[in-house]
Amino acid sequence: MHLPMAIECRGISKSYPHFQLRDVDLSFEQGTVMGLVGPNGAGKSTILRIVMGLLGPESGSVKVLGYSMPDEQIAAKRNIGFVAEDMRLYESETIAFHMDFIKSIFDTWDDDYASLLLRRFDLNKNQKVKGLSHGQRVKATLLLALARRPSLLVFDEPTTGLDPAVRREVLDEMMNALEDETRSILFSSHNTLDVEQISDYITFVHGGRVLDSRNKEEFIDGWRRLRLTNANGAALPKLLNIKGVQQSGRLWAVIVNDYDDDVPAQFSGAGLEVNAVERLTLEEIFLANVNFAKANAQPELAS
Amino acid sequence: MEFGFVFSQTDSGPMYQQIMDQIKQRIAVGDWPPNTPLPSIRELATGTRVSIITVKRAYLELEREGVIVTQQGKGSWVSDTVDLKTVQRKELLHHLRQAGKLAGTLGIADDELLRLIDQNRE
Repeated sequence: MHLPMAIECRGISKSYPHFQLRDVDLSFEQGTVMGLVGPNGAGKSTILRIVMGLLGPESGSVKVLGYSMPDEQIAAKRNIGFVAEDMRLYESETIAFHMDFIKSIFDTWDDDYASLLLRRFDLNKNQKVKGLSHGQRVKATLLLALARRPSLLVFDEPTTGLDPAVRREVLDEMMNALEDETRSILFSSHNTLDVEQISDYITFVHGGRVLDSRNKEEFIDGWRRLRLTNANGAALPKLLNIKGVQQSGRLWAVIVNDYDDDVPAQFSGAGLEVNAVERLTLEEIFLANVNFAKANAQPELAS
Repeated sequence: MEFGFVFSQTDSGPMYQQIMDQIKQRIAVGDWPPNTPLPSIRELATGTRVSIITVKRAYLELEREGVIVTQQGKGSWVSDTVDLKTVQRKELLHHLRQAGKLAGTLGIADDELLRLIDQNRE
């Protein structure tokens, strides 16, 4: 059986007075999780809105579950559950009201799963929205999206502002949705731990561009920090994959991308003693990427 | 499904290695004897809240080490010829090779390396 890709974006661009999304490629197959990472204002939400057909790109093509966006968005949206941070519920209505409302629109609504989610999220469906905490609101909007059992979940910052226990519940339900091997998730997060834990693919966005997009194991595996002693003031070897250098006297720490086993020898060959080679967390990779991009910003991006 | 896998966030090992270790431990203590079917990659991933690609990598590495057998469409199970001592010995040799390579980069002579290994045995 040949399934269309969960998402297939090719060269999408969109301009605003103070921000430009440029030539974004993003694709992954069904049954997998794509995590979108990048600093505030990198363009993550804009990408998600284009994927959802809420914004039309100026150039490039967007296909979601095989549907062209925004033209075929009505058909596509039957199968997509979208949750964004700024999503509003009716303050004076109950959770149950919203559940009935969504159920009346989507025939895929699963009553049993909705009840299960109410219990798991510890929500009272007769409570009015205005009395809910931030975490309860997030869980309520997630419930409304999940209980439709859509093939694709698109979550913009689903865990922002949640305490560790609630965050865990949300991640648990995201993973539970994947028990069905045709379900897919695209989510953005500042929480690099969440992305590192559940993503199969990672796309790193910065300044409206995609810096890197690939399978998480390769993504994380490619980065290393070398701790070096530079006793004789040697110059670093001229490697293109050096992404960060910190020095304190003779002690240097160098971050490299596209690491392979020959890298340490290139440093020792240049007269630097290699004391240790360490793997990086996604958080450290995030910071290295952002710092490198800042240090090497092209003038056109500086505006 | 819950599998009772406990992962450490402060452990320096990458997640796929932690999964490999936990599976090897279950085999070593006899909880998963030879021919025991392993959970599917998707089951283990969703049950432990770890990405599918990470569990897939752990299974591939375990298969390469001869700890498990995987057949397309049939799933994976504990190898009936698995000899954990052999596996662990291979792992030790792998670490020694890495240590030797690093010692070479650091300019540590063979006899000093031997002395260091001796000193650091618990």
